[in-house]
Amino acid sequence: MATTNSVPTTTTAAETADGNLLVVDDVKKHFPITRGIIFQKEIASVKAVDGVSFSIKPGETLGIVGESGCGKSTLARCIMRLLDPTAGRVIFDGHDITNLSRPSMRPVRRDMTMIFQDPYASLNPRKRVGFIVAEPLEVHGIGTAAEIKLRVQELLEVVGLNPEHYNRFPHEFSGGQRQRIGVARALAVNPKLIVCDEPVSALDVSVQAQILNLLKDLQDDFGLTYVFIAHDLNVVRHISDRVMVMYLGKVAEVASRDVLYREPKHPYTGALLSAVPIANPELGRKRESIVLEGDVPSPVNPPSACRFHPRCPRFVEGHCDVEEPPLYPFGEGHVAACHYPLERWPMTASEMHRGRRVREEEPAPAPDYAASS
Amino acid sequence: MALLEVRNLRTSFRTDDGIVRAVDGVSFEVEKGQVLGIVGESGSGKSVTNLTIMGLNPRQNTITSGEALWKGRDLLKMKPAELREIRGSEISMIFQDPMTSLNPVHTIGKQLVEAILLHRDVTKRVARARALELLRAVGIPRADARIDDYPHQFSGGMRQRVMIAMALINDPDLLIADEPTTALDVTTQAQILALMKRLQQDFGSAIIMITHDLGVIAEIADDVFVMYAANVVEQAEVHDLFNRPQHPYTWGLMGSLPRLDADVERLTQIPGQPPSLLRPPPGCRFHPRCPYVMEVCKTTVPKLVPTQKDPGHLQACHLDEETKDREAAKLLEAMMVEAG
Amino acid sequence: MFRYLVRRTLWAIMLFIVITFVTFVIFFMAPQNPGRAVCGGERARADCIERATEKLGLDDPIPVQYLRFLKRLVIDRSLGQSFITNEQVNDVIADAAPVTASLVFGGAILWMMIGLVVGIFSALRPRSLLDRIAMVGVLVGVSAHPVWIGLIFSYFLGYKWHITPIATYADFFNPVEGQPGGPWQWFYHMILPWCTFAILFAALYVRMIRANVMETMSEDYVRTARAKGAPESRVLGAHVLRNALLPVVTMLGMDIGIALGGAIFTEGVYQLPGLGLTAINAVNAQDLAVVQGVVVFSTLCIIFFNLIVDLLYAWIDPRIRLT
Repeated sequence: MATTNSVPTTTTAAETADGNLLVVDDVKKHFPITRGIIFQKEIASVKAVDGVSFSIKPGETLGIVGESGCGKSTLARCIMRLLDPTAGRVIFDGHDITNLSRPSMRPVRRDMTMIFQDPYASLNPRKRVGFIVAEPLEVHGIGTAAEIKLRVQELLEVVGLNPEHYNRFPHEFSGGQRQRIGVARALAVNPKLIVCDEPVSALDVSVQAQILNLLKDLQDDFGLTYVFIAHDLNVVRHISDRVMVMYLGKVAEVASRDVLYREPKHPYTGALLSAVPIANPELGRKRESIVLEGDVPSPVNPPSACRFHPRCPRFVEGHCDVEEPPLYPFGEGHVAACHYPLERWPMTASEMHRGRRVREEEPAPAPDYAASS
Repeated sequence: MALLEVRNLRTSFRTDDGIVRAVDGVSFEVEKGQVLGIVGESGSGKSVTNLTIMGLNPRQNTITSGEALWKGRDLLKMKPAELREIRGSEISMIFQDPMTSLNPVHTIGKQLVEAILLHRDVTKRVARARALELLRAVGIPRADARIDDYPHQFSGGMRQRVMIAMALINDPDLLIADEPTTALDVTTQAQILALMKRLQQDFGSAIIMITHDLGVIAEIADDVFVMYAANVVEQAEVHDLFNRPQHPYTWGLMGSLPRLDADVERLTQIPGQPPSLLRPPPGCRFHPRCPYVMEVCKTTVPKLVPTQKDPGHLQACHLDEETKDREAAKLLEAMMVEAG
Repeated sequence: MFRYLVRRTLWAIMLFIVITFVTFVIFFMAPQNPGRAVCGGERARADCIERATEKLGLDDPIPVQYLRFLKRLVIDRSLGQSFITNEQVNDVIADAAPVTASLVFGGAILWMMIGLVVGIFSALRPRSLLDRIAMVGVLVGVSAHPVWIGLIFSYFLGYKWHITPIATYADFFNPVEGQPGGPWQWFYHMILPWCTFAILFAALYVRMIRANVMETMSEDYVRTARAKGAPESRVLGAHVLRNALLPVVTMLGMDIGIALGGAIFTEGVYQLPGLGLTAINAVNAQDLAVVQGVVVFSTLCIIFFNLIVDLLYAWIDPRIRLT
């Protein structure tokens, strides 16, 4: 029996929350594309996020993984209400925050903060580090000037920086250190949830490890909940309790970490896992990796029914391109949107092959939309 | 005779703050058809090494010394016109960011044809036919229609394929690939790597693959060298490197990788950050961050010497071999690989 | 592409209507009663003012006056009559425009030549002696006032050393009796004005072109071109310039459009009877019809050139065509 992607709307936010810190219910985010000489008419839209639902318990880390165009960054911004969802609900700590006005969102932003990808762009180069970390406290009016200063120094120390560097500018720090400043800033208001949008992608491998260890330590020390977005499966595996795989604006699979990596059900997850290069020459070369054909199609014109069907090694004509697969359950919170889930893992592409494969017209490559991912 | 022999290459840049020694004594060889991997993080000098060989550094304020013998002739001492004949035909290079590496106002067909006409005396028609052939070989669908499209009409993965086509179009003996897949998605990366492996067999070119990703090295390289702060710290055949790493930096790199195939509670982190190349630390450049640092490390630069067990495996560290083997074994055990 | 054209043209028309309306309102909201201006300003007599008000229809509500103005403009294609001389404003402009046009187009050619040559060479050899001299030149060119430059040139080259004429304009086609005329004289008389007018723009363009070329030289695709083995000349010609000069096209169009409205300072110094000088004289004489005529004309020029520039840009840059 399949579960649908949406929760009945008659229940209250608090009821829906059911002990979860964050519930995302069938959220959609479409960016309109307009055409017209004088009056702009919407002729199509970029369906960046097209019906995503999940929930996170306090203290958990949910990893969201996917490639460019899958909508994970857009989803993160919808959760944070930096973008307004086109449809669906975001329920945080029992309150429906989907349509709250800006002033009403203020108190919520004490509990939900964000760490960004680019440590060089996310810190104002003209402000001193002390100011940057103190700003959330000042915005929310927490503490006197003296208390704030003390707290900032405390935070700098917690993230592994020298508290005496309070008065320095961002350019005096390395990439890894700047990311630590970003972490300190996110921690300043004692949030419940931190959304991490690819926080280590722009860092060198050795520095990456430092930040990942730091995030894990902070989670233990402060009881934080993370939404961790990344495209690197290794990184996501290391830090997450549960993992959600997205493809072209929809959820492909959700499972606890070990289960996802050992027994993926969705062929796209399989392809992703297979594509990651393994730092072991014997294993790496022995396995026959699944190489998908073609590019990720455009989110303006996604394929019909199952979004993955044009590239799927298991494509069955007449079914996969006609009926959109719901998220089928596989027990213990493991769900996957596929009519023909993988029976075992690992599998090679030829083993995956199932129905009669008919090569569709080559999907158009994704154009450079600023909205993608 | 090796195809490319680099001896003691040094490249420094004069800047307002002083002299930056970006490459400080690098030597290696590339044989015909071999895939050499160069691993390092930002600032290690891996890119500058290859830009120096190709003569692509800015002319002013660059000081180069050493030798880079291409089929016996020193590239560093050639006249610009001679070097230009080799660049793009015998040795070609592809770069990291496919989104910006193609000229946005010319069609890709025009840019491919340009690559041919710069080195071969053929008609435009012949050149265009060859360009089409290459586009098909790299897997661009509907190549005959797409050849007149502009770069912005292609996705990142497709653009990188076009770059590869442009690099291979004159049948080079050596292809230098500078982080070709870093900016791409993981499934696209898999496609590009598979493509490169296949083309390498079909065309027979040698490849120098520069990357920071040990996984990519493991998949594609025959031999590897690891760079840190403008020096080579370890050099080995790929299986040897992964089975018996001999340098604390290499251990740090391997340990700090989160892995798909192993369960690590806490990643090894290398404390601190890479040193400034303006005023590098004395002695071994890695010593400020090395957990195994000894007094000698702070004063004497370790030489790149062969290990006792395997003369083909070179390393630059003062630690004795027994300790190294022990530490390496410990590391590999901690990263115990689960049976495939 | 067609859709783009239509949309831009419609915008241009709307812009024209808005600007002319605003101009119209400003002039007729001016404290000075136009009727009084026609009658000689300060010395106007009451009955004259009365007659003028009636004749010019100044008692009607403003929108009606504006519509009358617009109708006259579009249907009769007339800008009215000068308050002072009673000449048709159309004729006044028709006499003045070619003078301004010669100044602006000639000046544009000169400033582009300087801008391209100095800008590109400085970019290719940053921090060299040439580059540093050029940057000092830019500073001077941007800071020095055209009137001052004009007077200096005029004094030394014209008066003291007799190399060029001091001032005045020589008509190319229809020389006035007793005054120099014809192609050579025209050219000879324009040399100083061209130099004066071009200096400021040359300085700005040298700076802009230098910056653009330097930035483009560091782009990845230029590195790719070198990696393919292209000689520097080809890298420069086919790859760098084509991209670096794109924004220059836009700026050039806009600057010419604006300058056609009247290069006031230069015309003033050299007494060239162009639109700028005409406008100044008209303002001093409170000849509102002529002033308004010049404003309308220059607005038309600017809008027209902006449209051309937009279309040109869409044609040159393939990334833009698809809107």
